[in-house]
Amino acid sequence: MAEKIKNKSVLFNPLSKNNPVIVQILGICSALAVTAKLEPAIVMGLSVIAVVAFSNVIISLLRNTIPTNIRIIVQLVVVAGLVVIVNQLLLAFAYDVAMQLSVFIGLIITNCILMGRLEAFAMANSPWPSFLDGVGNGAGYAIILIIIAFFRELLGSGTLLGMQVVPQSFYDAGYVNNGLMILPPMALIIAGCIIWVHRSINKDIQD
Amino acid sequence: MNKQSNIYTVIYIIVMVVVVGAALAFTSMSLRERQTANANADKMKQILASVKIAADVDNVAELFNAHITEMLVVNSKGEVVKKGDANDMAIFNIDVAKEAKTAEAERQLPVYKCVLDDGQVKYILPVSGSGLWGAIWGYISLDDNGSTVYGAYFSHASETPGLGAEIAKDDFQDKFVGKQFFVNDTFLPIKIMKSGQLPNDESDYVDGISGGTITSKGVESMIDNCLRPYEAYLRNLK
Repeated sequence: MAEKIKNKSVLFNPLSKNNPVIVQILGICSALAVTAKLEPAIVMGLSVIAVVAFSNVIISLLRNTIPTNIRIIVQLVVVAGLVVIVNQLLLAFAYDVAMQLSVFIGLIITNCILMGRLEAFAMANSPWPSFLDGVGNGAGYAIILIIIAFFRELLGSGTLLGMQVVPQSFYDAGYVNNGLMILPPMALIIAGCIIWVHRSINKDIQD
Repeated sequence: MNKQSNIYTVIYIIVMVVVVGAALAFTSMSLRERQTANANADKMKQILASVKIAADVDNVAELFNAHITEMLVVNSKGEVVKKGDANDMAIFNIDVAKEAKTAEAERQLPVYKCVLDDGQVKYILPVSGSGLWGAIWGYISLDDNGSTVYGAYFSHASETPGLGAEIAKDDFQDKFVGKQFFVNDTFLPIKIMKSGQLPNDESDYVDGISGGTITSKGVESMIDNCLRPYEAYLRNLK
């Protein structure tokens, strides 16, 4: 029973109380880069979930065999291998999105969330909790990406997932898309607003 | 077994590299076909974009076959070296980026002949060069007089968003429409100028992008380098 509760917290803590982006402030740079539109943000979120979850499992399975002095190299190779596979899959099945995400899929390798979870969690825990931890952290990252992308695409382009949601009559009446929303700084400002709201609700994580 | 020994470490690395390498090679091989199909569809989409035909993944092959009636390879003397239809992969797969680096006399120069819905004939020529950060490429379509630009399409690998990357926007590409490659019967590739400046010869020109000077110059030298060898062929069209 105690095991169950622990697994649950491993999976759900990173979604809010221990969110990698808004609490640990990791993985910010890709959050800025891919959130101008909702679709790439969702694909990027899913890719990171897949890569963190599977690299966590693989490292967790290998954790007792890895020589201590090359453990970082082993982690990097596993992550790099998985990222290349994800990139290949996207090129085969979602070519347009792969073109939009371009280098950022490759840069998942340098996402601090990954190495952080491998080093801090997968090296010390068995495969199943590691998998849940990976899914949880990946999802925590994905949620923030999607929230930011939602506001940026809605206010910046008047669309959601490429479909126009701001009615044409608004534009006729003089409404203009906010060009600033498309630029990277707005992602930081929205992330800041999310952190603000989040900390106001969760008073216990205020410094 | 001592897991910290050098021998263990070396063997561990070797096994890991072999396993990961095999996994990657397998993924790459098994997905190759789909990826090539996607890349080809994307290229067709770009070619059609230069004659203002919007296509998506589902209808691009169909539209390409319907509009591109002929694909030619010409040489710098204006002679047609090879002829094929829209399915001729040997011509379709000519690597323009590689050709652009060889001597003009040796280049294989692809021409995509396109017939629009209203029966007008356009000639689409590929261009390839480099911008500030990486590769830029595009397609320029000419009217059947071999001189007037009907449409242009440019794309880039990694130019700065908001500055150099603007070459991929309609605003920039539309400026090329109606420009001439032959001025007073002399072949003069279109120049890209800073706004307010004029070229030092009679060339037709378009305004460059503020803040994207190097990319703009890249587009200019790309057009110059890639279209100059077509001069003889275009002259025959006139």
